Amino acid sequence: MTFLIQQTLLYAVPLMIVALAGVFAERSGIINLALEGIMIFGAFVGVLFVHTMQSVPLFLNAARSGNWLTLQGLELLAMLVAAALGAVFSLLLSFASINLRADQTIGGTALNLMAPALVLFLIRILVNQNTLMMKTGDAASWFMLKKSTFGIDKSTNIGFLGETFLNKVYLATYICILVFVVLSIVLYKTRFGLRLRACGENPQAADSLGINVYKMRYAGTTISGALAGMGGFVYALTTANCTANGDVAGFGFLALAVMIFGNWKPLNIAGASLLFGLFKCIAAAYSSIDLNGDGVFLLAELGISSHLYRMLPYLVTLAVLAFTSKKSRAPKAEGIPYDKGSR
Amino acid sequence: MKQTLRTIYEKDATKKVLASLISILVGLFVGTIVVVLVGLSKDTITPRGIWDGVRLIFAGILSTGRNAAGNLTWGYNAQSLGNMLFRATPLIMTGLSVAVAYKTGLFNIGAPGQYLMGTMASLMLALGIPSETVPAGLIWVIAFLGGCLAGALWGAIPGMLKAFLNINEVLACIMTNWLAANIVTWAFDVSNFKNVVENTKAGYIYKTTFNGVATPKLGLDKLFPGSQINGGILIAIVIAIAMYILINKTTLGYQLKACGSNRHAARYAGINDKRNIVLSMAIAGALAGGGAALYWLSGNTEFYWSTYQSLPGTGFNGIPVALLAVNNPIAVIFTANFMAMLDIVGQQLTGYTAYNEYITDVIISVIVYLSAFSLVIRMMLTGKKKAGATNANAETGNKPSVSEDEKKGGGEA
Repeated sequence: MTFLIQQTLLYAVPLMIVALAGVFAERSGIINLALEGIMIFGAFVGVLFVHTMQSVPLFLNAARSGNWLTLQGLELLAMLVAAALGAVFSLLLSFASINLRADQTIGGTALNLMAPALVLFLIRILVNQNTLMMKTGDAASWFMLKKSTFGIDKSTNIGFLGETFLNKVYLATYICILVFVVLSIVLYKTRFGLRLRACGENPQAADSLGINVYKMRYAGTTISGALAGMGGFVYALTTANCTANGDVAGFGFLALAVMIFGNWKPLNIAGASLLFGLFKCIAAAYSSIDLNGDGVFLLAELGISSHLYRMLPYLVTLAVLAFTSKKSRAPKAEGIPYDKGSR
Repeated sequence: MKQTLRTIYEKDATKKVLASLISILVGLFVGTIVVVLVGLSKDTITPRGIWDGVRLIFAGILSTGRNAAGNLTWGYNAQSLGNMLFRATPLIMTGLSVAVAYKTGLFNIGAPGQYLMGTMASLMLALGIPSETVPAGLIWVIAFLGGCLAGALWGAIPGMLKAFLNINEVLACIMTNWLAANIVTWAFDVSNFKNVVENTKAGYIYKTTFNGVATPKLGLDKLFPGSQINGGILIAIVIAIAMYILINKTTLGYQLKACGSNRHAARYAGINDKRNIVLSMAIAGALAGGGAALYWLSGNTEFYWSTYQSLPGTGFNGIPVALLAVNNPIAVIFTANFMAMLDIVGQQLTGYTAYNEYITDVIISVIVYLSAFSLVIRMMLTGKKKAGATNANAETGNKPSVSEDEKKGGGEA
């Protein structure tokens, strides 16, 4: 059970944060189809940052002596860098769709093509292979919080909650949850959030009340880019052992589906991403899921092909979309370029 | 004379071509900048290496390798040209696939999945039907049609989801892409088409030539000696012309376009919009699947079957092919060849310089990015900003105007 919850969280949290990225863009009126591309870019930037910083003596010594606070600082810095460059990358989309009134679907697709191409090009030049890995050690030894990190002996049992939420977890997961909560409050309880949402519903009305629609839409997509970039790095850190290979396996699109399923509302999205995280976790680790701890790996022993488990997240997405799309209510003005002159 | 030039320049079609050419040039230019920047920041790449890289980006198709002195040599390269045409064959088909769907206002990002399903069907048919009893030519036809059919069925799924449940076709296409990747892997995993004869080909499917099935060369191999070219390119060109006729000269084509410009107005005029959306996606799927069949039935390429983690680039590259061609089926033939040329350029870069083939993907993505606002470029060419802006939405029937119409229609209903 502990394993299942932890694995589900590993997938659900990046999904949740990237889906929120989608919300910020769409609530301001821009369809951000580029989430996948920005994630790929953010993952690369974050991993590259870690890769570079690993040769700095400060962090190298910290890893040797087990100074975990310094290492967590490095993790946070990498998240920040990934977020910052994700935001910069998303400016390409904002510029095309806000200033040039381009087709947002094609603009987003362009970014989705650009990110893996650029990332693979650079990775190949940098390390002469197709995957960028950490210079020394792995994500678990550098960044994972374990019992030993807090000076507790491996064999002591620290209770179910402790075992689940404090042993073998990443700080990034909790930071993401915190960011998610804070930004959800921003979106609903602040003047800025209200204005942002107004620009996605009726930009003309917002404009008539003195809100700068272009600025608000820039803000929306930039926050979106930052969140997606950070989500990409967190995904790479927690599920791919801090490596980047120009691929996040359709995770950005799954996040879009989560956003639609969650009806563009943060609380629903949190729930939806837990559900999708569960299926993603089953797809990735079905053979080692032991529900009640009796040593029987039920899902593996059912004899269902591993291919079917891998298809599960996508099948569920389609089914869920089919059931919810009739009820779903997208921001009214999303995808429509704002033109001051039109009525 | 000046007058004639002016009238040609004033034409909308000329502007479209110019806008595409500008996109291409800017794309190549950005590629050059990346190559130069990376070259300057790496000590291992000499200025001569950078210069070689830049030259290859612009003229890689005419490269004939390096001479004894280590300098790049240039000239007519029949092998590269033939390979370009060979690689353009599936790109023409996936480009047509995206273009046809776009005419109906649908963004077919599902071409990779349809391409994979086409691959599976055509390879299984071509390898599964015993060539002792059935003539190889007939097997080829069956396999090609089977590929088209598989693609059509796969394309119809997002079409139906869009038409009847109003699910965003982009999302549905992405999901069906990954489903296709898993299904194809699964199907070949349990099949006995895996190459077990050649040790170096572990993980690949048999070539179709193992069953004596291959696209006829039609003498093209004499024209381009040493290349992989075959008659498939001619079939693709014929299909492109057929698509042009279908879209522009038939009732069906008119109905598809009508649904694309305004779904609700089309329904009001008595056109079955749902049927047309499904049909448009099915045709798009058949084209992508047929493209896969033309590529794999060539008999000189192996398919790596464990593909569940990656989607074929040929499918995605149908998008830039169609966008550059402004969704004109005839223009697709040329833009597909351009994309195939970039592919060859990428190989030359990997082979002869310190750079790698992904730079061409960067160039392609820049081109797609630019074609997102090719309207703005066209407006700049016209110089009449205001007039262009009002025409802009009406003329292309692109996404924003469609969804706007949908909303208006929804309000009235």
